Formats: sequence, structure tokens, C-alpha cells
Amino acid sequence: MANTMQFDLVSPERRLASLEVTAVQIPGADGDLTAMPGHAPVIANLRPGILKVESPSGNTDYVVTGGFAEIGEGLSVLAERALPLEELSQDAFDEILKEAKVMYKKVEEEFQNQPGPVDDAAKLLSDMVAMGEQIGLNANK
Amino acid sequence: MPNLKDLKNRIESVKNTRKITKAMQMVAAAKLRRAQDAAEASRPYSERFNAVLASLAASVGNSENAPILLRGTGKQAVHLLIVMTAERGLCGGFNSNIAKLARSHAVRLKEDGNQVKIITVGKKGRDALKRDLGDYFIEHVDLSELKSIKYVNAQAIAKALLARFDNSEFDVATIFYSKFVNVVSQTPTAQQIIPAIFENQSLASDTAIYDYEPDEETILADLLPRGVATQIFAALLENGASEQGARMSAMDNATRNAGDMIDKLTIEFNRSRQAVITNELIEIISGAEAL
Repeated sequence: MANTMQFDLVSPERRLASLEVTAVQIPGADGDLTAMPGHAPVIANLRPGILKVESPSGNTDYVVTGGFAEIGEGLSVLAERALPLEELSQDAFDEILKEAKVMYKKVEEEFQNQPGPVDDAAKLLSDMVAMGEQIGLNANK
Repeated sequence: MPNLKDLKNRIESVKNTRKITKAMQMVAAAKLRRAQDAAEASRPYSERFNAVLASLAASVGNSENAPILLRGTGKQAVHLLIVMTAERGLCGGFNSNIAKLARSHAVRLKEDGNQVKIITVGKKGRDALKRDLGDYFIEHVDLSELKSIKYVNAQAIAKALLARFDNSEFDVATIFYSKFVNVVSQTPTAQQIIPAIFENQSLASDTAIYDYEPDEETILADLLPRGVATQIFAALLENGASEQGARMSAMDNATRNAGDMIDKLTIEFNRSRQAVITNELIEIISGAEAL
């Protein structure tokens, strides 16, 4: 069995990474999963979180804010928004957090007696906050 | 024969026009490269996205609980046309070709007894369709302030569109844009985005059988709205590249025509000048002979 697989990380605006990797930890909607070469074909939704890429040439972390991952022959992650971890500044984080908060408020007003969408938005927001804490960025500003 | 002064002015003015068209051509060429890069950069995403969506759609199929975005409302009564054009003119037939396609589409739909609604993206398309179809306009999206089109812009359009769909304001949505083939040729295209259709459905069924996490329906329900945004984004980028390509070739033609015109006018100018000189000589000579 091959030791590496093809990994592509693409956002609508650009291709962020395309390389051979040994393992990738994916923040799936229902929990993290790690894809290694020879993994069974899976399509999984992403939650906002950190994508950890391990390759022979070194490890890289990326921040993703949702999208999905397709594990087949190789691994493709299609993220709504993605950027390398070191490029995520406090300002950029504040901005996406603010977006999530605004979204949560809107959803809360719109679907007052429907727990479904409100819970989804709340989860999105708390995922963002958790992600920020993991990186060491302040979510309470 | 026009007098010399007029001709000279004419030549000067055509020369100035040529300078402008030349500059516009060069600006368009630079912008074209950027637009093409943007379109190319987005291609891996939309290709993978559509492939996954197609295989999902094939496996969920037309079952009862397939999402409404895939299945459609079951009616064809109200059609929404999203006409995407440029914000600026002077790009050859680019805007009018898209408008023409949209207009014929709208006319056909009306003849079949369907209701038509139109959303215009880009000022030129709105202007072109206002006279015939102005009554059907329901919204206009203004992108003139933007330097470059970002995914969030497409997302905003998609969100508004989906909100209208949820309010059952329409049954079928089609986008009109121009596909970028190369610099000299752009094809106006109509593409149905709601309910979603996939061209390579047979191809999709050949791919591996996936496990889904959470499950197929949840993922599909999550992906379809994103698919709308992705398609709109791809169309906007194609349109951007097409616009610049069309403008570049239009301005190239204009520059060449201006050059031809200058040559022609210069010859005429020289001839008239020579005619004046000859005339004067004849007058002097015949005057001398008469003495």
C-alpha cells in the first residue's frame, strides 16, 4: 500500500494546497476524522476548525470554515473559506466570528420556535469560538 | 472637396480616438489576464464540487425525500431568469448577445404561457432589456463598485435567490452569461441552476461508492445551496473574462479602423494640398504668359 496520497485543498477562489501527504486530520461535522492512504471512500461535511496536514516534507495547519471533504483515491477538501493557520490574524478571526454572530442573531429572530436552524447556527458559532481558543486567539473581543 | 483645415482637424481627432481605443485595449488585455487567472483558480473547486454533487444526486436520485432544490417544485409555471452582463459597454457584442439570448428565452416562455421574472446582474443587461421586458424585473444586483468578484458576492446573490425560492416565488431558475472560449469568441449560455441538473450523470455513477457522514440527504441538503453559489460564482468569473476578451478584440478592431481612417484621410489631405499648389502654379504661370 502506498504511504502517501494526493491531497488537494481548494476554496472557490484558489487552490491552497496540492501535495502528497501521509495523513490529514479533518474537522468533520460529527467529529474529527483522520484520513490516511487507503481510507474507505467517504464524503464528510466540515465544521469550522483546523485541518492538520502531515506530509513527508513537513506538517501544515489550515483553518477552514465549513465545506466538505471527499476521501477517495486521494483526498480533496473543498472549503468555503480556507487559509493557512499562520495567516489567520486576530482581525481576520474577529471578522468571521462577527459574521457567525450576526448570522446567529438573524436565524434566532427568523426561526423563533424552530430549534433546528437555531441550534445549527449556535453550533457554528461555538465551533468558531472553540477553534479560536485552540489557536490561541481571543474570541471575547 | 473639404478644405485643408477641416481635413487636418479630422485627422487629429481620429488620432485622439485611436489613442483612447489603444489604451482601452491594453487595459482590457491586462484585466483579461487577471480575470482568466481568477476563472482558472476557481475551476478545481467547481469541478470537484459538481462531480461530488452529481454522484450524490445520482445516488439519492429522484426519490420522494430528495431535496426540493434537486427535485424541483414539480411545476414549471414561474421562470426566473438571471441575466448577468457587464457594468460597462464598449465591448463589442458581449452585452447585447447575452441580452438577445435572454430575450428570446423570455419570449418563448411567455408564448408557452409561463410567467417570467427577471433579475439583472450588471447595468448593461438591465438597460438592454428594460424596454421590452422591464415589467418583469424584480431585482437588480449592482456590482459596479467591485474591483474584482469575490465568492461572497456570488454567495449574496445565491442567498437572495434561495430566499425567493423558499417563498415559492419561482419554480425554475436559469442563469444567462457568456462562456469564455478564447479572446475572440465568447458564447452566450443559458444554464438552469434550480432545480439542479447535472450533465455528466452517467459518468458520476461510475465513481466509487462513498460512505457519507452524516448521511446522504443531510450532505446533499447542505451542498445544494452551496452548489447554487458555486455555479453563480463560476458564471460571474467566466463573464468577467469574456467581457475583457470581448472588449479587447473590439478595441483592437477600433484601433485598426482608426488607423485605416487616418491613412485614408492623410492621402486625401495630401492630394488636396497638392491640388492647391498645382492650382497656384497654373495661375502664376498663366499670369506670366499673359504679360
